[in-house]
Parts: sequence; structure tokens; C-alpha cells
Amino acid sequence: MAELTYREAVARGIAQEMARDPDVIFFGEDVAKAGGVFKATVGLYEQFGPKRVRDTPISEQAIMGAAMGAAMTGLKPIAEIMFSDFFAVCFDYIANEFPKGRYMSNGQTKCPLVVRTGNGAGSRFGAQHSQSVENWCMMVPGLKVVAPSTPRDVIGLMAAAVRDPDPVIFFEHKSLYAVKGEVPDGEIVDTLGSAKVVRPGTDATVLALALMVPRALAAAEKLAAAHGIQVEVVDVRSLVPLDMQTILGSVGRTHRLFTVEENPRLCGWGAEIVSIVADEAFYDLDGPPVRITTPHIPLPAADNLEDIALPTVERIAQTIRRALEA
Amino acid sequence: MVKDTGSAIQEVTRSVHNDDIGEATRLELYRSQVIIREAEQRAYDLFLQNLVKGTSHLSLGQEAIAAGFATAMKPGDLSFCTYRGHAHTLARGVPVEKVLGELMQRDNGLMRGKGGSMHLTSEEHGVMGSYAIIGAHLPIACGAALRAQYKGHDDVSVCFFGDGTTNIGAFHEALNFAVIWKLPVVFVCENNHYMEYTAIHEVTAVKHPAADRAPAYGLDGIVVDGNDADIVYRTAQTAYAKARAGGGPSLIECLTYRHSGHSRADPGKYRPEGELERWKERDPVKIYRERLAQFGISEAAVTAIDTEVRKMVDDATQACIKAPPPPEDILFTDVYADGGWAWRN
Ligand SMILES: Cc1ncc(C[n+]2csc(CCOP(=O)(O)OP(=O)(O)O)c2C)c(N)n1
Ligand SMILES: [Mg+2]
Repeated sequence: MAELTYREAVARGIAQEMARDPDVIFFGEDVAKAGGVFKATVGLYEQFGPKRVRDTPISEQAIMGAAMGAAMTGLKPIAEIMFSDFFAVCFDYIANEFPKGRYMSNGQTKCPLVVRTGNGAGSRFGAQHSQSVENWCMMVPGLKVVAPSTPRDVIGLMAAAVRDPDPVIFFEHKSLYAVKGEVPDGEIVDTLGSAKVVRPGTDATVLALALMVPRALAAAEKLAAAHGIQVEVVDVRSLVPLDMQTILGSVGRTHRLFTVEENPRLCGWGAEIVSIVADEAFYDLDGPPVRITTPHIPLPAADNLEDIALPTVERIAQTIRRALEA
Repeated sequence: MVKDTGSAIQEVTRSVHNDDIGEATRLELYRSQVIIREAEQRAYDLFLQNLVKGTSHLSLGQEAIAAGFATAMKPGDLSFCTYRGHAHTLARGVPVEKVLGELMQRDNGLMRGKGGSMHLTSEEHGVMGSYAIIGAHLPIACGAALRAQYKGHDDVSVCFFGDGTTNIGAFHEALNFAVIWKLPVVFVCENNHYMEYTAIHEVTAVKHPAADRAPAYGLDGIVVDGNDADIVYRTAQTAYAKARAGGGPSLIECLTYRHSGHSRADPGKYRPEGELERWKERDPVKIYRERLAQFGISEAAVTAIDTEVRKMVDDATQACIKAPPPPEDILFTDVYADGGWAWRN
């Protein structure tokens, strides 16, 4: 067992897979010699050398396209897009290329790649470097989408993503990079499509993703301490495949559903889950499902404004308490 | 620097005295062009009969490029095409029936109707897809070439696109990428002088949309007569040899013209009067028939190919007309690698 930061876990996860499989290569802007702008890939260049760990030009389309061409022909590339906001300049690959080839070719071609990216707010970077855009990817058939919240999950889900035969978009949360967590020694391999109950409870199910997981947990402790409310917190972890069994199972026990989403309101991942629960478990619910999200606004840069835009521990706790007491 | 290789006449004179192509290859080049000509013409006829559905983009008039580049390839070399990709797919040896079947969206189609005319793909023939988002496949071809370089394979990735494609960002990103990593990729611009309905010179800063950009990436600006299969074939050989030897990418601009409109519904009215007729005098199939005669290849050999190909296209057409539409269950197959489409448990 070791204590690692989330950022160290990224490098360890990639290293674990590169050491295992010589077909895994890794490239992106400033990722090799500099170790990444978030220092999440420090040491990989030194360990695996310039053939396998490469700095690219500022060419998001070329990065994505090259990853795809390499994946189609036998490699297992990991590509980095520095900020997930930049998906917008290479969205063709996410929306049209990675996820369509296998279908259009009637199963002839493959695309086993991982795109990892820095996602989310908290760094006071403003509206173009802070977004949570998991839903941009979740909506595209053919992709898989994961967003780990702990160092251990970073390694396990990275391994699962690299070993998966489909294109996987791997969202790392920028505000979690410095967070520490216990990580077992040796190889860690998780499975895609499994949510985790990270705090058992009886009064409500609270679904959260990435940075919202520690906030939901903190809100749960507050509710327990101050009001004796016991909520069950589920780390969704994987948006596609989506572990509805775990989610429906939890709702079946608690009879209330809350989602905590960092994305702006419209079409967030929680909306999809709420609609499925309404469809399949309506009579399990004792009250309306409630989505706790960032308001439908671009993100501001100022720290006080950004802080109140995202779901805070306070807002999560208050919203849950009010809804349960209503 | 742009090197215009000059007229086909000079090229022929050179090759009569120092023929490096030979009869067998010339017949192969001819046959490939005739297959494309006949199959594309048939696709057009079937469209008029409402049997080709959706859209289609023909390469009538551009056959020499597909034939030349494909004939110079080795098995294992990879083709990356655009929606105007029937020609390149046929040139790699994919059966006519498979191509027409896909255009007609039948179960015997290359992808059983799941891709359609714009996405012809045959991995076993090295046709790694036809891409309908302008420019998308140039970076993808770079990735395939990166794999070849990384694994020490000696295949070349060949990427075909139009003149209009030189004005999208992915073209420029891919060229820079290929050069800095010295990738074994060959970029082939089929300059048919029009994007969709707009003449390329009206919307491009330079005369030669591909070749004039090449020096910006440290590449030679190469412009060739894309209607002369011999010239195309030799150009391809040179570029492939360079790529295989570790010399990195090439960018080749082939001058040509499409005899039909941009896509099936386009009558091509925006073209100045007489332009099509002038280019038809330089019809690649016609040029090549004359070439074969010049080299003393018998008319009987040529006619035999014409007859054989026509029968092949007729048989393919009949098979496609008889073929059923795809079964409904394939709607849900091959979204993910497990063969299905499940996104949840
Ligand atoms: C990104 C993108 N923009 C626009 C289009 C619509 N479009 C399809 S073909 C075409 C013209 C392309 O011209 P060119 O590259 O010269 O190829 P050609 O059709 O002449 O072979 C356009 C604009 C598209 N498919 N993708
Ligand atoms: Mg054109």
C-alpha cells in the first residue's frame, strides 16, 4: 500500500500498461520531456523513451487522427488532449470517426484507443479551460466514457481503458490531481461499467462523478452529523457503459435519488439517469428525483464566482435536506 | 518550388525509349481504369433507375489516379479514401459486386448497407475506410504510418483527397505531423479543379492548392498529369520507395477533372462552356488506349479486357438487383467490439 496523488496515479497507470504491452504508446502536447502541463505524466519519457512517449505539435486533430490510425492498425495508443475544452477543435474524431468506423464497416475495423484529458473547474481558468464535458462524449454511440475520482480508480480504470477494445474517453479532474489516496501495490485492473457505492446509507441515493464525489461524501457526513440523515453515495465512475444495476439497486433501497453534476444543467449525465430511473423504478421513488448541477452558465474566472457556480458541499447538503424534509 | 512535369507527350517519348513499366503492368493499369470507368458509369445508370440510393460521388474522368497509385502498391499497403472512393476501392481489387451492392444498399454490399457509398471499407484489401468529413483521414493515415514505423513494417499509407481539402485545418496539421515524425505516408491530392460547385482557384490563395503549400512543410511541390496513368504510376513508385526507405512523406498534386457532377444530383452547370469537352479530349481511358497502341500492345488484348470487364459489371449488376436488402437485426451489430450495442447493464 502506498499513498499516491491522483496525478502520480495517472503516470503509474500509464506506466503499468506500457510495461505490460509494447503496443501501448503515448503522445500529446508537452507530455514527454516536460511531463505534462499538469505534471501527470512525469517520468514516462525517461522510463519508456522517445519512441513510445512523444511530444506533439499543437494539433489536436492530428493527435486524435493519428491515435485512431495507429489503433486501427494494431497499436494501443493513449493520446492526451490537454484540456477537455479542446475537444471542441477535434470533435470530429470524437463524434464521427472513433465511434463510427466499426459500425459503418460492418465490423471490419477497430479503434482501441484511450484519450485522456484534463476536465473540470476549480483552477480559476475561466470559461474555456474549466468545463466538465463528459456529456459531450456520453451522447455519442460507440464511445466509452469514464471519470475516476480517486488515485486507485485512476490506475484501475486506466488499465481497463487501455485493455478495452473500444475507444475510451478518460476524464481526469484537474482539481483532483493534488488529492492523495491509498493505492495497493502491484497491478491494479478495474472494469469499465461498474459504479461503486462509496458510502452506504438508507435515506437517499446520491450519484456523483469525479470532483463531485468527495463533495457528495462531505455533504453526506454533514447531513449525518447535523441531521441524522444517512445518504448512500454512489461514485458513477463510468458513464458508458453505465452501471444501472448498481444505481437501480441503491434507489430500490433508499427510495430517493439525487445527482451531483459539475456540468451546466442542460443534458447533463444526471438527466439521462433520472429519466431511466423514472422509467424503470418510478414506483420505488418516494419523492421527485433532484439534480444538483452548475447553473446553465459559462464558468467565470473569479474565485468567489466559480466557487458558487459549482455544487458546493453546503448546497448539496442543503438541497438534499430540504428535499427530504419537504 | 513547384515542378510541373510538363505534357504527357514528352513523358511518352521518354518512356518509349526507356520503358520501365512493361506490357503486363500496362495491361493491369488499363484494366483497372476500365473497371472503374464501367462500374462508375453503371452506378450512374443505376442511380437514374432509382436503384442507387442515398448519394454517390463518381470518379469518371479521374480513373488514372486510382489505377496508378493502386497498381504501384504492394499487398499490405493501406488506402485511405474520401466519399469519392469507389475508384480507389475498386483499384485495390474489391469486387465490383461488393461496391455496387453497397451503393444499392443491399445485403451483398461491402458493408451490407451499413456504410453506404461514402464509406467503402475493405480491410482485407487494405482499404482502411472512406471518410466523408473533409480532411479527417489525413491524420488517420498518419497514425497508420506511425504504426508501420513503430513496428518496423514496410507498408505505406496512401491518403487520397481533393483540392478543396487543402483548405481545411486537418490537411495542414497532418502534413506537419507527417514531416516531423518522417512517417511513411503519401498524400495524394486529386485536383479536379472544383470543390463542390465552386472553382478551387476562387477560394484558394495559391495556384496549386496542394503543391504550393508543400514547401511550407519542407516538402517538394509536385504537380503531375493525373490523367496519364503511366505518369501517376511512376510518381507513386517514387513516393512509395522514399517512404519505405525511411525518407518520410510526399505530397503529390494530380491534375484531373471529373466528367460528372460533384455528386449524383449535380448536373455541373457552374462549369464554363467547353471546359468539360476540352478535358474529355484528355480522357484518361482514351489516353491509355492510345498508349497501349503506341507500345505495340495488340488491339485484341485491349478488346478482351473491355469485354471481360463489361461482362463482370453486367454480372455484378444482376447479382445486386437480385440481392435482398440487409436483414433488420444488423441494425444493432458492431457498435462496440463485443459485436453489440449495449451501453448499460
Ligand atoms: C468538413 C466538411 N465540410 C464540408 C463538407 C461538404 N463537402 C462534401 S464534398 C465537398 C467538396 C470537397 O472538395 P474536394 O476536396 O476538392 O474533393 P472532390 O469532391 O472534388 O473530390 C464538400 C465541401 C464535408 N463533407 N465535410
Ligand atoms: Mg475537387
